[in-house]
Amino acid sequence: MTKSTIRILTLLALTINLTGCDYLLFDPKGPVAEEQMNLIIWSFLIMLIVVIPVICMTIWFSYKYRAGNTKAEYKPSWEHSTLIELVVWTVPLIIIIVLGIITYKTSFSLDPRQAIKSSNDTIRIQVVALDWKWLFIYPEQEIATVNELAMPIDTPVEFLITSDTVMNSFFIPQLGSMIYAMAGMENQLHLIAEEKGSYRGLSANYSGFGFSGMKFQAHAKDEAGFNAWVDSVKASNRALSNQQYTDLSVKTKDHPVEYFSEVNPLLFNQIIEKYTGVQNGQ
Amino acid sequence: MANKATIVTDPDPIFGKLTWDSIPFYDPIILTTALVVIMVGAGVVGAILYYGKLRYLWEEWLTSVDHKKIGIMYIIAAFIMLIRGFSDALLMRSQQALAVSDSSGVGYLPPEHYDQIFTAHGVIMIFFVAMPLIVGLMNLVVPLQIGARDVAFPFLNSLSFWLFVVGAMLVNASLFIGEFAATGWLAYPPLSGLEYSPWVGVDYWLWALQISGIGTLLSGVNFFVTIIRMRAPGMTLMKMPVFTWTSLCANVLIILAFPILTVTITLLTLDRYLGTNFFTNDLGGNQMMYVNLIWAWGHPEVYILILPAFGIFSEVTATFSRKRLFGYTSFIWATVCIMVLSFIVWLHHFFTMGAGASVNAFFGIATMVISIPTGVKIFNWLFTMYKGRVKFDSPMWWTCSFLITFTIGGMTGVMLAIPAANFVLHNSLFLVAHFHNVIIGGALFGYFAGLTYWFPKATGFKLNETLGKWAAGLWTVGFFLAFMPLYVLGFMGMTRRLNYYDNPTWNTWLLIAGAGALIILIAICVQFYQVFASIRDRKKNLDVTGDPWGGRTLEWATSSPPPFYNFARTPHVMDRDQFQYLKDHDLAFKQPAEYERIHMPKNTWAGIVIAVLSGIMGFAMVWHIWWLAIVSTAAMIVAFIVYNFQRSKDYYVEVEEIERIENSYFEQLNHIENNDLSNDTNEVSKPGHSLSITA
Repeated sequence: MTKSTIRILTLLALTINLTGCDYLLFDPKGPVAEEQMNLIIWSFLIMLIVVIPVICMTIWFSYKYRAGNTKAEYKPSWEHSTLIELVVWTVPLIIIIVLGIITYKTSFSLDPRQAIKSSNDTIRIQVVALDWKWLFIYPEQEIATVNELAMPIDTPVEFLITSDTVMNSFFIPQLGSMIYAMAGMENQLHLIAEEKGSYRGLSANYSGFGFSGMKFQAHAKDEAGFNAWVDSVKASNRALSNQQYTDLSVKTKDHPVEYFSEVNPLLFNQIIEKYTGVQNGQ
Repeated sequence: MANKATIVTDPDPIFGKLTWDSIPFYDPIILTTALVVIMVGAGVVGAILYYGKLRYLWEEWLTSVDHKKIGIMYIIAAFIMLIRGFSDALLMRSQQALAVSDSSGVGYLPPEHYDQIFTAHGVIMIFFVAMPLIVGLMNLVVPLQIGARDVAFPFLNSLSFWLFVVGAMLVNASLFIGEFAATGWLAYPPLSGLEYSPWVGVDYWLWALQISGIGTLLSGVNFFVTIIRMRAPGMTLMKMPVFTWTSLCANVLIILAFPILTVTITLLTLDRYLGTNFFTNDLGGNQMMYVNLIWAWGHPEVYILILPAFGIFSEVTATFSRKRLFGYTSFIWATVCIMVLSFIVWLHHFFTMGAGASVNAFFGIATMVISIPTGVKIFNWLFTMYKGRVKFDSPMWWTCSFLITFTIGGMTGVMLAIPAANFVLHNSLFLVAHFHNVIIGGALFGYFAGLTYWFPKATGFKLNETLGKWAAGLWTVGFFLAFMPLYVLGFMGMTRRLNYYDNPTWNTWLLIAGAGALIILIAICVQFYQVFASIRDRKKNLDVTGDPWGGRTLEWATSSPPPFYNFARTPHVMDRDQFQYLKDHDLAFKQPAEYERIHMPKNTWAGIVIAVLSGIMGFAMVWHIWWLAIVSTAAMIVAFIVYNFQRSKDYYVEVEEIERIENSYFEQLNHIENNDLSNDTNEVSKPGHSLSITA
């Protein structure tokens, strides 16, 4: 995209944004969400090429050819025009070819499994959907939290996502893509935050009576802030033992934030293997 | 309600899981509804008995195999279910308007109740409102449009209808006995599995959909055969009216898609009843398989709903523009394209499952390709109006409203079809707004246009036009007010099915959406009043000619309502717009010199009896009352055998009776023709009206 188009897009985004930061999808805090915002705006604009003429023609034709207007031309048996047919098939076709190319390219470039290039090393966070809360395990930091997530800014994060219950969907709107959490499966999602802040996170897939409370805050912090957060979790002095995990798995609604200073590094794999049996390889 | 209902693990041998605790006495909303329903029901039954109409009802309606009567019954049932489905919508809108909070327990609906409501809303609106509306219209119109006497399998048609009614009854029974599923309308496992939903709600869902789904499948076969085999001589495929064409495509979709639903539901039933592991989390179950299967049915289902609506708009636009449909051939090919493509796009309902970039790209692009033939159709309608003489009767109001609304829905559909954009829009209120935009603004407005258009054909008098226009206007305003805010909320990151939310800025938009729902409520009330007022004033709106709008296709070439045999003599088709052709060549409204006796099917008890038995079977299965399930299944088989051994299933209508019926129709016509020379008030009822466009 050229610079001028980016400028137009930013302007558009700003106009939509006038009322503040309520429009999460137009207030992206990372490149994934930003590209997705552009995609939404572009596809909207391209579709207007058809939508606006159709709306205008509906109003214009129904006004001009109303029964009362006897001055308008009337051709009761006219039913074919090669030219019109050609136009109404080719114009949508061209639009769809353009959108198809965009679709194809972005399906790959914004594939949730696609690692994000960055000078900083990727950190890994394991995500487990439970009834009805989110468990986040930091295998490198050897800590775990419930319903609170923190990540350093400008650092790609690889989320490994599974469920120890029904299907959920892990979603931080301002950072980009959501992806399903399913038992016995590991889904991957790569995101990066470029701005400090606290962002809404939630489950986007209905999962039962406590579903509406399956929300969390995702804090994007600078490196020092992130390290301080890790230390504060470590200071909690509670280990996520197998017994603790079993207690945590019990159905609860509006679950409070919890910190665990220690965690079984194999817990995430054990949760998956509970359903699949022990797998070879990974 | 699920949280209070006890999970019965050791069913009683006689009553199964059914106990007094199954009835939600503790819930005032449900209890009041139950009392109202029981009182209204008792009132209706009482009135029938008091006026001694039971015999009439049984002989003329309940056992009828007449496609027109079955069509009318489908439509009445659909409107009753619309009340239920729309009440659910109002409950949801008001709950969300109230429920700003950090934690649950706000508003007046706890999640255990609210989650059943959004599930029931989806299930009812799709299966028990939209489906019966369109199957009812097909019943009413298709045999007339192709010049047939009835459908190919009249008994099967009656059975289909009653199976649908039984499905609807089971869903409604769940309101008062036990509870309904709280899983979302497609009941994704493992949530719908026994482990996570041990209550009977999902079982109600299973048996209601299974029974009505089989009814729909039988309808599909029936109409497919009817259209292929029973067209009047001369009606080649490319001379078929457009509504019949789109119905044909919809029925092909039913035949191909509904078996998938049947099988998927059966597998989930096995999981829940026999402890198999098709879709469980563990022991090799695969929930992704369920989601794929259910959408492999679910996506074609959307086109089953909308293709016939496209047909209706085509008939309406051509008739009221006083012009042939523009681009008939390309319209038909566009319909066939959509029919084929609708089977290769199902994955766009779950791009976020993580299928991978190339799979997502394929399904995304396939989805967008559908918008090409759909766009072509829109231009077909527009260029039908172009150089026409468009009369804005209320069906045309629905059509113009549709053209604008549906185009917007199509646009948001294409946006959702881009997998990378879908990753942030999926399961948001943007998605909810989109599918309501195409189902209300596309399918439902089409059904309303069709109901207004064909109402005089079914009953012999027109609906009140003023009220019809009010209904169309209010529905349109209400729709935009109710659903445009949902698009906005989608951009704000609000997801669907929330019982409460902690973001107060959403509240304003939800209040606007609630106001929109209230306007739709007024619109629905206007529609009910419209039917009431039109019946009351029917003498003013009589359609004595059978051609109240200046129609172009064969259904208008017979009286309104048509005689039970439809056409005294099978028409010979010369032209695509056959009736217009007859009028143009001064061949319409001519009484044939002689008649022949007509072969007709007899009414039968078998449809309703077998269906009611299947309902008992479904209820018994829901509550694990095994003996009753066995007895009712056996009774179904016996009833079917007894019916098949009945020798007299048909009879001949003698020439004298045909002459009597036809003579009275033609006398009526002559009477009008003589009167109208001096009196032009009843303009539309004049035969051959469309020939004389008034200057």
